[in-house]
Amino acid sequence: MKRALIRLAVLVVLAAVVTWVATGANRGWTKTSQSVKTLDPVTGIEGITYQSKFSPGVDFLGAALAAAGLLAGASLLFRNKNQTNDKN
Amino acid sequence: MKLNHLLLLTSLSISAYAAPQSFDFKDPKGVNNAIFKLDAPLESINGSASGITGTVSFDPENPAATTGKIVVASESLTVPNPMQKEHLHGANWLEVAKYPEITFEAKSLANVKTDGNVTTADATGTFTLHGVSKELTVPIKLTYLKDKLSARVPNLKGDLLVVRANFTINREDFNIQKGQYEDKVSPTIDLSLAIAGASIAQ
Repeated sequence: MKRALIRLAVLVVLAAVVTWVATGANRGWTKTSQSVKTLDPVTGIEGITYQSKFSPGVDFLGAALAAAGLLAGASLLFRNKNQTNDKN
Repeated sequence: MKLNHLLLLTSLSISAYAAPQSFDFKDPKGVNNAIFKLDAPLESINGSASGITGTVSFDPENPAATTGKIVVASESLTVPNPMQKEHLHGANWLEVAKYPEITFEAKSLANVKTDGNVTTADATGTFTLHGVSKELTVPIKLTYLKDKLSARVPNLKGDLLVVRANFTINREDFNIQKGQYEDKVSPTIDLSLAIAGASIAQ
């Protein structure tokens, strides 16, 4: 159980980092939409529309690290299999 | 008598020609927008508003007489982060349910300079945000596009008026988190307006 929790914690961190990097390594806050500018040729005004796009930011990384920390912390509640065997 | 009638008709037709035009800023193309920016430690908060309406009275022969009112629907203010948007609309910031409109009513222009179809000026008027009204003077640029409405909206003939303005306000002047979170969100808000209104030919 202890090993499984640690592996899960590592997996959470790795998945979060890979997702963050793959989506553009946004060093700001997480965004769920992206602004797109389109030029109106008659007036010269740049119109702004929003497209749905998930862009995880540093808060996403922080949440993943916190979750991984909780999992790793929970693993301390369990003993190593080897230690249990030694005592027996 | 006939000469009097002729003079009257002539003066009426001249005044009709020179009368200010009313430009409607409800935008069927959806490009009219107001951009806002607030500095913050991690990254600046950038957003826009699209729900813009209003009318401007503009006389191409006398741009200095321009007046009008532009209304932005508070609900249309958008930022890409959903939590920030929720906070922005919420009870601690703009209270959009209570104050559904942000308005600027231009009453007079000063320092008017016209070059061709472009007029720059300082517009003085009442800016209302979060239920607080303040007298502001903002630099504006008016571009009059005669007979260009059909290029934008087929089947309609008329003129376009493009209004651009860039100015800064202080959120504390409008009772928005006065004295609060200054280390997290700048008290100054940069505003940029780019809108086009149409005057349909009669």
